[in-house]
Amino acid sequence: MSNDVADGAAAVDGAVLRTVLVNGIAASFEAPPATVLTEVLREELGLTGTKVGCSAGDCGACTVMIDRAAVCACMVPVGRLAGTSITTVEGLTGDELGERLQASFLRHAAAQCGFCTPGVLMAARALLGTNRQPTRQQVMDGLGGVLCRCTGYQAIIAAVLDVDAADPVTVRPTSGKAVGASIERVDGRVKVAGTDVFGDDDAPDDALVIHVIRSPFARAAFTFCDLESFVSENDGITAVLTARDVPGVNRFGVIAPLADQPVFAEHETRFAGEAVAAVVVLPGFDFSSIEFPVVWAALNPLTSPALALHPAAELVHTDRPANVLVEGFVQTGDVDAVMPSCAAVASAEFDSPFVEHAYIEPEAGWAEVIDGLVVIHVTTQSAYMDRASMAEILGVAEHRVRIVPTAVGGGFGGKLDLSVQPFLALAALRTGQPVRITYSRAESMASTTKRHPSKLSVSIGADSNGRVTAMSFEGVFDTGAYASWGPTVANRVPIHASGPYFIPNYRAHSTAVHTNGPPSGAFRGFGVPQAAIAQETLFDELAGRLGIDRLEFRILNALTAGQRTVTGHVLEGGVGIRDCLEALRGPWADALTRAQSLNRANDRRHRSGIGVAGIWYGCGNTSLSNPSTIKVGVRSDGSVVLHQGAIDIGQGSNTVISQIVADAIGIEVHRVLLRSADTSITPDAGKTSASRQTYVSGMAAYLAGVSLRAKLLAMLDASFDSEFVFDAGVLRCHSDGVARSVDLRRLPVDADGFVVVAVESYDPPTTALDHNGQGTPYAVFGYGAQLIELSVDTATGRVQLHRVVAAYDVGKAINPQLVVGQIEGGIAQGIGLALLEEYLPGRTNNLHDYLIPTIGDVPPIETIIVETHDPVGPYGAKGVGEHSLIPTAPAILNAIHHACGIRIRSVPATPTKVLAAILKRGAA
Amino acid sequence: MFSRPATLDDALVVLSDADTVVLSGGTDFYPQRLNQMTVGRSPEHVVDISALGELRGIAETGGGWRIGAATTWSDLATADLPSSFDGLRCAARQVGGTQIQNVGTIAGNLCTASPAADGVPALLTLDAVVELQSLTGSRTVALDEFITGYRSTALRHGELVTAITIPDAFRSESLDTRTSGVRSGDSTDADSSVYSSFVKLGSRAYLVISIAMVAALIVLDGETITRARIAVGACSPVATRLPALEAALVGARIEEAALDSAVRSVALDLLAPIDDVRATGEYRRLVVPRLIVDALLACRTPVAMRTQVAMPTGGTATGGTATAGTGLRR
Repeated sequence: MSNDVADGAAAVDGAVLRTVLVNGIAASFEAPPATVLTEVLREELGLTGTKVGCSAGDCGACTVMIDRAAVCACMVPVGRLAGTSITTVEGLTGDELGERLQASFLRHAAAQCGFCTPGVLMAARALLGTNRQPTRQQVMDGLGGVLCRCTGYQAIIAAVLDVDAADPVTVRPTSGKAVGASIERVDGRVKVAGTDVFGDDDAPDDALVIHVIRSPFARAAFTFCDLESFVSENDGITAVLTARDVPGVNRFGVIAPLADQPVFAEHETRFAGEAVAAVVVLPGFDFSSIEFPVVWAALNPLTSPALALHPAAELVHTDRPANVLVEGFVQTGDVDAVMPSCAAVASAEFDSPFVEHAYIEPEAGWAEVIDGLVVIHVTTQSAYMDRASMAEILGVAEHRVRIVPTAVGGGFGGKLDLSVQPFLALAALRTGQPVRITYSRAESMASTTKRHPSKLSVSIGADSNGRVTAMSFEGVFDTGAYASWGPTVANRVPIHASGPYFIPNYRAHSTAVHTNGPPSGAFRGFGVPQAAIAQETLFDELAGRLGIDRLEFRILNALTAGQRTVTGHVLEGGVGIRDCLEALRGPWADALTRAQSLNRANDRRHRSGIGVAGIWYGCGNTSLSNPSTIKVGVRSDGSVVLHQGAIDIGQGSNTVISQIVADAIGIEVHRVLLRSADTSITPDAGKTSASRQTYVSGMAAYLAGVSLRAKLLAMLDASFDSEFVFDAGVLRCHSDGVARSVDLRRLPVDADGFVVVAVESYDPPTTALDHNGQGTPYAVFGYGAQLIELSVDTATGRVQLHRVVAAYDVGKAINPQLVVGQIEGGIAQGIGLALLEEYLPGRTNNLHDYLIPTIGDVPPIETIIVETHDPVGPYGAKGVGEHSLIPTAPAILNAIHHACGIRIRSVPATPTKVLAAILKRGAA
Repeated sequence: MFSRPATLDDALVVLSDADTVVLSGGTDFYPQRLNQMTVGRSPEHVVDISALGELRGIAETGGGWRIGAATTWSDLATADLPSSFDGLRCAARQVGGTQIQNVGTIAGNLCTASPAADGVPALLTLDAVVELQSLTGSRTVALDEFITGYRSTALRHGELVTAITIPDAFRSESLDTRTSGVRSGDSTDADSSVYSSFVKLGSRAYLVISIAMVAALIVLDGETITRARIAVGACSPVATRLPALEAALVGARIEEAALDSAVRSVALDLLAPIDDVRATGEYRRLVVPRLIVDALLACRTPVAMRTQVAMPTGGTATGGTATAGTGLRR
């Protein structure tokens, strides 16, 4: 077939051989002409740098240039590309401006998970092609079509503006100086090159493809028709899997005793999107036109906790009375006695909806069976937990399953639970062939976990001096159809609902209630963001009533070392909330002046306001063991290899753990060779959640590094503070004026290739909580506070953010640039929670009805890093991943009130809600 | 089946077959098929019209302007057009992101017939006419008759939209029959007194489907409106002009209080906003009068304050509150 400019009226049916110019090279492939460019680039040409996030033009991850103009490759038919020139992220290599852009992205840490990075880079490259020196506004306009869920966009904007940096600085710390240095992320280069391997990027060409059959109803009974003839009558279909095909236990869950979620529903589905079967087809087989033989009977769903808690409600799980999964409780002092005598009491009810993680990478992976070992390559936050669950499901020992995490294109808690793993393993075992699956955006949104919707009833009282003396908190959380992380939310919330303040009389109770909603699970903050909205906005009300400045009110009540938390835990040190709040005093005064002057200058329509909120957040599991183990060793050639199983989902654990281990050993960080998570190689460093990796895995890395150093120096018979070097295969040092050496090449080599190795574990020292929730739930807390400046268009209810100042106590910033990245990214997600995001099951399974912030929705952010040395964490460090999101929403709501006098207690504060509140206030 | 005809005649031959679907920019074609088929292996006959060069481009004709059906939003945003097109060009910069604007076409926006189609309100104020061709001949249909309802059009089997034509109403007053305004008699330079604008209200800065949008096209005599055309989108199954309001605006001074009073004097009963995931119908009813005033005031935004287009292929939708602007003038 000729390479057509136009095919004439002659219709083409089926695949056509074509040649297109990609990155300056003529590339040939065979495909039907309406095939989209992304499919050809990725599947035919192996150019997997171009990502697929939505297939609908909503995310821009697939942005490439056609004849220098940015387009979404997911919507371009390959039949029209003759005579054009296509540039993908791979084509930036060798392009002078492209390489400058990539270098600038590395300098500015503008790539976190790296999944949107190719699309961002290509949009930026197209912009720079026509406007070599864009303004900030022009950068935002040019990049407005690409969504990033990790960075909060500020580093991206800075990187594009700084593309021509005259004298770029490379941070390359010397031995022992890595901690505290903003080194380039160790996995950054592959991310800006588009060569990092994500879940959908390296399945074998011949892998069979899995399609999952899911319930269209929130609750439904179903029956299959003749599945055997369905398989035998369709040539492209290899197998069908249902609950009958699960050899082990058809049940999984992140908290083993409460595991309740089937791989495939057995008789009835409990939420819209639940799997009932999986169909395995040949590669390239068009499954979309196939009707799967299932008959549905829709049943009445429980769509809210209110319905589920009704005494007459049916049970979502027959063994969970009243549809209650679990309750959490913390009590200290005597709230009932003290509250009535408070000088001021603020009480209100609050609610929040399901919120979707909206990582740009949908769940994906592939699997094969090698000599009886099931190997699952998958985008995940929790390799070892995945392995344990898969062993149960498959009915095999854990060592028969290997989880190889791919690069993770964003997680935020949503990739802690199993998603594609069971389908992959079952299909690989059934067919004996490699298999693959990638969720569509709609499938990802419908079937995976969400942030818990909340209904909170909260009262807080203070004395006339402004001291908070009592607080009561009652929270009902919609935990959806399955347990997932519902217990974690129910337990964390009562501990954290006080905020980082000293409250002597306190009672907090939470209930996780089952409904027929999607399973609510882990999402950055485990329920604490919802609780903080209530506590921090009521603090503003109290300050207002008592006539105390809102920031000073918080400073007055801030926890200090030596005080008891609401769980009776006396924090000995590292309590930096007061430092964070005090760091905002200057910016607060400036912002107040700015808002007042804007309000004097403006029409009555646009009102400016400022808000503040503080947070604390415990790092690691709540009162439960959550050890990390890190292994680091020396090979006979003197190279140092780190087996680092703390999965990097973009937050930077590969880099941070490398920095810690390098300083602990006493070598330059760039000498550390990294082996990232893989259950067959790296020891268990736990899951990437609960802001625990820098602290818990960081401690394990510190201990392993110190241990390795001790072993090396012992071999040299040198003191612990001696300096040593690897001189090829010889370890040398000068100690006490004596030259010492050990020839590593003569030492025995272990299975990992090490001649010297150290393996150390660390588990946070916590205690169980008693019946009043008293005890030591976490060993380390992190603290922070955010100041927001915004304006409200009182005619439309549209909120415009102007500036954020964030002050965070991270104990010790192992890598300040990565800390800033976590803070900016968390703020962006907090903005979404506050203003935009509401997941409606069945209605918003796409990224144009479910709105996350774009580059134009996140204002400039100034980060103040506070380092209140933690007595427990590595080098004094604490976590920050979740801390960053939590204060944003309440600070925004407080600023909205300051601007126009309304209290929004139901997020998101959409224009509809804001305007209604303004009109109601005007009428009152 | 897939065809990419080289000539319009060939395209019309293919379109006369049963079960054909036109593929132009692709920005609605592909998303709509996400859950229906593996694209590229479709049972329907896809007619890719991207090789028909004559369908793309903007030309001044004797009686006005002709915009080829396959003209992209980026083409429009950067074209040299009179001020009556400022609103349309502003809309062009707010259709999705740059990536969408670079391939999405004006006729595609009309044929998709979404209530929130960004191009429709401004085209309604321009009295746009849709030019259709089929094997049996051609016809023209006024835009307000072309889009017949929620995602439905007057397009007949075998027909292709080939162009959108815009009569030059403000140079040739007799063509303007919609408003009751009296043309300023002493204006020697008619074009310099013509202003247009577009205001889009969405929940976020970029890549957003409108909650509501307003296009305005006015003629000023000094500070006084002598003619006005107002169209509102996303507040009824099809975007609609508001003739009663247009009449009421004639004689109003172009300042906030007068415009507000004129807008509030008229019942906007042609609008039938509904509740959806973006906003409630009640909210839309509340904000539309304000957006209309905003759009009218935006007509007079000084050129220097207008957002500059820096990219030949890109848009400059300003993020923010009720993004307003009038686009670029020549």
